[in-house]
Parts: sequence; structure tokens; C-alpha cells
Amino acid sequence: MPLLSVQNLEVVFPLRGGAVRAIRDVSFDLEPGERIGIVGESGAGKSVAAFAILNLISKPGFLASGSILFEGRDLASLDEESMRRIRGNKISMIFQDPMMTLNPVLTIGTQMVETVLAHRPLSRRQAQKIALEKLRAVQIPSAETRLEQYPHELSGGMRQRIVIAIALLSDPAIIIADEPTTALDVTIQAEILELLLRLCNDFAVGLILITHDLGVVSEVTQRILVMYAGRVIEQGATEQIIAAPMHPYTSGLIGALPEKTLAGQPLNQIPGVMPSLRDIPDGCPFHNRCAHTQPRCAQELPALSAATTTAARAVACHFPLEPR
Amino acid sequence: MSSANGMNAGTLAVRPERWRRLRDSPVFYSFTHNRTAMLSAAVLLAFVFATLLAPLLAPYDPWDLTAFDIMDSEIPPLGSAGADTRFVLGTDAMGRDMLSALLYGAGISIVIGVFATLLQAVIGVSVGLAAGYFGGRLDSLLMRIADIQLSFTTLMVAIIVLAVFQATVGLAFYEDFALIVIVLVIGIAEWPQYARTVRACVLAEKKKEYVDAARVMGLKPATIIYRHILPNTFSPLLVISTVQVANAIITEAALAFLGLGMPITKPSLGSLIKNGFEFIFSGAWWITAFPALVLVVLILAINLLGDWLRDVLNPRLYDD
Repeated sequence: MPLLSVQNLEVVFPLRGGAVRAIRDVSFDLEPGERIGIVGESGAGKSVAAFAILNLISKPGFLASGSILFEGRDLASLDEESMRRIRGNKISMIFQDPMMTLNPVLTIGTQMVETVLAHRPLSRRQAQKIALEKLRAVQIPSAETRLEQYPHELSGGMRQRIVIAIALLSDPAIIIADEPTTALDVTIQAEILELLLRLCNDFAVGLILITHDLGVVSEVTQRILVMYAGRVIEQGATEQIIAAPMHPYTSGLIGALPEKTLAGQPLNQIPGVMPSLRDIPDGCPFHNRCAHTQPRCAQELPALSAATTTAARAVACHFPLEPR
Repeated sequence: MSSANGMNAGTLAVRPERWRRLRDSPVFYSFTHNRTAMLSAAVLLAFVFATLLAPLLAPYDPWDLTAFDIMDSEIPPLGSAGADTRFVLGTDAMGRDMLSALLYGAGISIVIGVFATLLQAVIGVSVGLAAGYFGGRLDSLLMRIADIQLSFTTLMVAIIVLAVFQATVGLAFYEDFALIVIVLVIGIAEWPQYARTVRACVLAEKKKEYVDAARVMGLKPATIIYRHILPNTFSPLLVISTVQVANAIITEAALAFLGLGMPITKPSLGSLIKNGFEFIFSGAWWITAFPALVLVVLILAINLLGDWLRDVLNPRLYDD
């Protein structure tokens, strides 16, 4: 039985210009200790999906349908207090910019202790011990001093390590990382990814990595979901998707990576922009940017269907590229 | 090995760390490089110590009416003709030593200012936090109440309440409880100032990602409001607090002048000013002039310190 099973998630934002469906029919499973990546452009619905899992969709958005099964309970129907006990305890989240996520006026120690105390009936001293332990787990030098420091006294990489340590405080089963390395220097990015990967292995934590960066996903995850305009359009094992994408969009994304371009040549890019969620075209949402588009694509929405004999690999395209 | 050494050094460094951080902070730097701020702080500090030590410093007990001698009435301060070395700043019409009365009176004024402001802060901050964080109908309701409260001016509320109180309970009872009632009235009349400031701050802070992060980490709403959002509103709170203390002291002085402040048996600075006012044309200027001077210096020091705080805590006002 999977640890987390998301079924047919649909999030709707009733805005003045009409209801916007930010994500539609998103389903995936996460096995214990598994690492999956959710990839897509900005606005594809990646972060909304993550917040939907924690039942924290920003108003006026709401979960229109779908279920989120976690440890035998449907998170979509839990009351606020039960949900609070799961957030940061069983399921933690890491955000993009550690400067924004840490409270500027509280010391690192205070913020960590508070998070521990929100979930466990411990004394401050015991909570501080756990905080120290986790700071050491994320390889922060002279951890005791850090507890007394404020976020602005630390470097970006150090701050993100602290955010990760906070996410680990209650030994969660799942960490959702929303663009955890985007705000960091390239050199620090690699360190943080390596750290995340190691921690997930050591503590058997499941990881949902949300990013627009295929390079990041391919280094860390075992499975990928590619999202486009609120839908999952391709999913499968990471190596398979990177090596042989079946959806023209995924193929375009991989082709757009700078390392796929020869020196001196212009960067490859997918023509056009992702449609606004307000007016997604009929048929396949990607058809007017697709190089392989056919008349059928403009009329009929392709369903996400098993692409090969292995059920894990699925693609939502009428004319998928040939897997090699 | 080396990491173990680092940790020990870290633990030892914790204590001096705090002091060093304060000493190196821009606020402290600005303070030591601003003569007005230092002077105001020194004056305020002198006031606090003088009033705290009033029972030791004051030559007489100004609250013990039986000890006054009518033969000592209206003795002018030292340096004038007819002065008496026993009374450095002279005496009032009852023969009360002005220096002692000033020491005790300034204390009463400061107590009223501080406690009325504390009361305003407790009510206003709670209301502002709730209105800003929860929003919606609660916000509209609380802010409309604040608007209504503000539409009654403080003096009007205070005059009505105190006059009714004085008339119903009688003067003797009033004299015993005047301090508490004045603090309550000024505290309740002025809370919307805090509520509005805090609400505005909360609305801005609420949108920041650290609040999202706190919710995602499963913190309780009360913890998020009081431990995470509240500390981020401290700078504007500090600034309006100085203004509010000064305002409360002035309000009490105005009430006293109307005969509704502290009774003359336990006079505040305002009561002392009123007390001497009827003698000012008969030449006994010192009974009114000294308390008025002390009041002006006190208010000026608080306001100048508040101005400095506002400049330091608001980086957008830096001009150099």
C-alpha cells in the first residue's frame, strides 16, 4: 500500500473572471522512502498541488474533488486541528527562499524549538536537544552558536540547511520540497541536493520535489510527473523519461536544457507560452505549441494512459513519440 | 576533534554574544551618535530615578496634610526675597514643600502615563492582532468598534466618566481610587491607536512567506500570532508607545486642570499646576511655574526620544 495516494485532485479558484481550475485530475502514489519529482513551468500547478496535499490552498481556492490518502486517512476531509497535527509532523515542507521562510526577528533556536513543541509534549531543553541533533544532521558547523543567531546572520546555503533541519525536526514520513534550490548559488545547489538525497536515504523519508529544473530532478528522484496547464501529461521512471520522453512537451523541455545545445548555437526553446489557466484551448492544451500537432489534437483531450507494458509509464498524447 | 572544540567555544561565546550584538547594532550606534537622544534618555532616566527614590530624596512628605504648617504658606523659592532655606523651591498655599510635591507628583504622572499606555497596548494589540490575522467579519466588527471609540475624543470620555464617578461615589472615595480610574479611562479611550497600527502591520506580515512556513510546519494559530507575527510589529509599537505615554500624561494634566484629575491630596503635575493657578496673579508664580516646567521637560524628553526611535526604526527615513 502506498504511503501517500493522491487521486483525481482538482483545485478550483473562483475568481472574478470565472472559475479557474488550477489543477485537474492529478493522481499519483508515493511509496515509503520514494522520491518523486513534479516538473513543469511556472503556473503549471506544481505548488498548488503541494499545498493541496497539506490542505493549505490559499483562499479563495478550494479542493473541488479528489482524495489524498495518507496512513489510511483522507487528508481532504480532515478537520483543521487533525490536519495541523500532520503538518510539519508527518509531512513537512521546504520552500524556495530560505530568507523569506525564516522569521527575521526570531533566533534559529526559538523557531526550531517552537516547531518541536507544536507537535510533542516536551520541555524546552529537550526540544533544544532535538534541534541540535537535526542541525548536526544537516552538517551545520558549531550548531550551538547557530541556535542563538538570527537568519540574517547566516549565508543562503546555511539558511536552507536550517530550513531542512526544521523540516526534519519531527522525523516526517514525507518532505515536500518546493523549488528548494532555485534561490541558491549554483555551487550551493549541488550541496543542498546531495544533502537532501542523503537525508532521505538515511531517515527513509519520502520526497516530493517540485521544480522547473529537469537537471535537479534527474539527480535526486526516482520517478517524475510532468505537469502542463494543471494536468499531469507524462509520468514514469526518471531515467526513462530523461532518456526517452514520449510527450512532445517533455521532449521539448529536455531539449531546452543548455547542455543539450552546441556551443555557439542558440538555445533550443519551445515556441509560444503556456496558455493561461483561464483559457486553456480545447483538445490537448499543448497542441498550438506542438511540432507534431494533428487535427485531432485540437478537438480531443488526450487521457493519461499507460504507454508501455509497465503501468508506471503513462503519457497524455494522441501521438506519443516512440520510446527507444 | 576540531568540531568538538568549535562547539565548546560556541557555548562559551553565547553570553557575551548578546551584549556584543546590542553594542554593534545600528540602533545603539545611532543612539551614541545622537546628542538629542542621549540627552532625552538621560533626562528620562533622571526622572525615573528621582521619582523612584522620592521617599528618600524628598525633604517632606507632601501627602501628609497634617504635617503642613499654615505659617509656611506661599514661601517663595531660594533667591527671592523672603525665601526660607528649608524650602528650596518654596511652598504652596497650604505650606506644602514644592520640591517634595514635585518629586511625588512627577512619579504619579509617570505612573499614569505608563500604566494607561500599557492598558491601551494590551487591549489594542489583542484586537489588532485578531482583526488583522483572522480578517473578514471579525475584522470589520472590531475596526468599526475602534472607529466608534475614536469618534469620542479622549477628553470627552474622560470628563463624562470621571465627573459621573466623582458625583456618584463622593469626593472621599474618589480621592482613594482616582489613580486607578484615571488609568482605566485613558487606557480604554485610546486603545484604537494601537489596534489600527497593529492591524496594518499584521496585514503586511501575514502575506510574508514565514507565516506560510509556520502554518505548513503545523504551528497553532495562537503561536503564529503571538510568537511569530507580534515580534515583527514591535518597531512601530515602540514608536507609538512613546507618543502615547506623553499623551496620557498630558491628558491627565488637562483633566486635573478641570478638577477631574488626581486630587490635591495626592497631586500629579497637573493637579499642582491647577493648585497654583489661582495664586499666579497674586505674585506666587512658583506654585504653578515649577510643575509646569517639569511637565514640559518630561513631555519634551519623551517626545524627542520617540522621534529618534521613529527615525532609527524606519530605514526609509534615513537621509544620509
